[in-house]
Amino acid sequence: MANPWVHWAVFTVIGIAFVLVMVIAAIYIERRGIAYFAARVGPNRTGPFGIFQAIADAIKVLFKEMITPAQSDKLVYWLAPAVVFAPVIMAYAVIPFQNGAVLADLNIGLLFVIAISTLSTLGVFMAGWSSGNKYSMLGAMRMVAAVVSYEIPVVLAMAGVALLAGSLSLNDIVLAQQRVPFILLQPLGFLVLFLGGCAEINRSPFDLMEADSELTAGFHTEYSGMKFAMFYLGEYGEAVLMSTIIATLFLGGWQGPVLPPWLWLLVKIVLVFFTMVWTRATLPRVRIDQLMALAWKFMFPLALINLLLSGIEVLAWPQVLPLYLIPVNLAALVILVLLWSKLYRVGGGRVEV
Amino acid sequence: MQLRTQEYVLNMGPVHPSTHGVFRMRVTLDGEVVVDLEPVFGYLHRGVEKLAEERAWGGIIPLTDRLDYVSSMSNNFAYVTAVEKLAGITVPERAEYIRVIMAELQRIAAHFVSVGSFLNDCGAYFTPFLYMYRERETIVDLFDMVCGQRLLYNYMRIGGVSQDLPDEFLPALRKTIPHLKQRFDEHDRLLKENEILIARTRGVGILPRETAISIGASGPTLRGSGVAWDIRKKDPYSIYDRFEFDIPVGEQGDSYDRYRVRMEEMRQSARIIEQAMEQIPPRGEIMADVPRVLHIPPGEVYSRIEAPTGELGFHLVSDGSIAPYRCHIRAPSLMNLTALRDMVRGWKIQDLIVIFGSIAITMGEVDR
Repeated sequence: MANPWVHWAVFTVIGIAFVLVMVIAAIYIERRGIAYFAARVGPNRTGPFGIFQAIADAIKVLFKEMITPAQSDKLVYWLAPAVVFAPVIMAYAVIPFQNGAVLADLNIGLLFVIAISTLSTLGVFMAGWSSGNKYSMLGAMRMVAAVVSYEIPVVLAMAGVALLAGSLSLNDIVLAQQRVPFILLQPLGFLVLFLGGCAEINRSPFDLMEADSELTAGFHTEYSGMKFAMFYLGEYGEAVLMSTIIATLFLGGWQGPVLPPWLWLLVKIVLVFFTMVWTRATLPRVRIDQLMALAWKFMFPLALINLLLSGIEVLAWPQVLPLYLIPVNLAALVILVLLWSKLYRVGGGRVEV
Repeated sequence: MQLRTQEYVLNMGPVHPSTHGVFRMRVTLDGEVVVDLEPVFGYLHRGVEKLAEERAWGGIIPLTDRLDYVSSMSNNFAYVTAVEKLAGITVPERAEYIRVIMAELQRIAAHFVSVGSFLNDCGAYFTPFLYMYRERETIVDLFDMVCGQRLLYNYMRIGGVSQDLPDEFLPALRKTIPHLKQRFDEHDRLLKENEILIARTRGVGILPRETAISIGASGPTLRGSGVAWDIRKKDPYSIYDRFEFDIPVGEQGDSYDRYRVRMEEMRQSARIIEQAMEQIPPRGEIMADVPRVLHIPPGEVYSRIEAPTGELGFHLVSDGSIAPYRCHIRAPSLMNLTALRDMVRGWKIQDLIVIFGSIAITMGEVDR
């Protein structure tokens, strides 16, 4: 498309539609997935196999009253849901759906994704602060603490990918995985990004910000109606975005045989997201100090070592990495994780009061 | 600039996902750390003890159903044994066996509920909870077969049980027990050695042995602290002296130990049921000869059984009329709750939920 305006218009529509459709799909996968894990059936009445349940919920939620607590900071309270949801759509500006099919192939695409996706945290804290509810405040404080800690290992893991690809542009990163996806060359980086990603987007076992058994609903306790739905959309949007980033950086993005590229990307996103659903259905939640300890004692050093290893590998084989590095890197992952789990006790205990 | 910090009070409950009913905790927090806790209860008070004074001896059984509503059979059992002790009634052999089978099935069912909700409190999003409810359902089906009820059974009577076992009951029970034993192992494979669960519960909320004894704790809460105290063995009632079973005890008295004790107790209950199934007389009386209007000579009695939550005791005083003069219920949940404040101080708010869940109270019993 020669005309840049047409290009932007088309890809803006594609991006927004993609996010919304994927969010609905993600909600469906999560609800049915968790239901099957928990020996239930899940929503199956609305449309074939219940696929329209999310739409029915959306219609219901539109007609709900939006309650604003008397003690709340009105302006911030109203703004917060938009601040949470908008960055999710913005981040899709740099995600390639196939070779060159991207709204803006920024040469700092990776940096853009990191910067934009962190903005959601601001919205969460705004929500928690302005609600005037102690549960919300606790949830928001946990969110900020978690994101500040986990951003560092996550960015370090992404830096390893940038080293391997030699570029920050997401399109170039996907092209660099023509031969072999980076998950095989950097399994450690993948692990750190996956765990850190789960913590950042507040997925179980790191879902301390909403922690329904403790904080009722965390930062969005006071929200109702469409404003609540925006948080809900934002939450799943972030989960889809994180799955997309992981699929793009480590699983080869749209690359793959036979199927069309956009379908490959879709399959990989769903695969990563399903792993998150699986984790949520199985694991108990960690405690806030254990969450912090995991970030600083476990993932931060491992991310640094990962960066160091990939740096050495790239220096030693400047042209193309030999394939026998795959088992070497896998062995490094296993040894390091086992070593670290022996070295550190995660989390503190009782405080004298 | 010096930033000022301040402790604040968080009011958890009476409506909260993890308060097991309508319990309320006024928690003083320093950030995430629990500085102080004030339990508030009474939201479910129905005056069962006072109501009992207005009713004939037999009419109190439905009231006891509503004490610990996840273990109605045990409550029935505790009350009828107390009245029988006071009135000197001997229960027929077959009825005793039926009662024991029911009480042990009820223990398994109640432990499923408490362990399931405990794991849910730990943050395992409903999966273990619903697995345990699925297993509990098989037991509830058996109760349904016997008395037609699924929650509040009103099954036992003074001097026996209300109706005999239907013919299909024992074969169904024979099929259920091996199935349940297999499921216990399955649950253990899912979460017993889970790193996160151990990190969340090992060493958390320790109830020292001495404190546990001095507050009068009982049941899994006491046994988790390493005291091998089980009324079925220490002060046998009904026919419990005929069965072989072990008392599982914990080591440190932390939340993990209480969870393990419950899981082991379910296995022991299955053992008791297996023995009872072998020994039960094929037919026979299920009711003693008890007059329709029961007059009990003046006197008083304290009788206790090992309910799923602990020592459930009834103190009954008779003045010779058709109703008790006084009926006091020793509710194990209430006693076990006494140490909550000491157990949670200094832990984080997430631990508070876990510790509270590991005591596993039922509000119907606390408030009566």
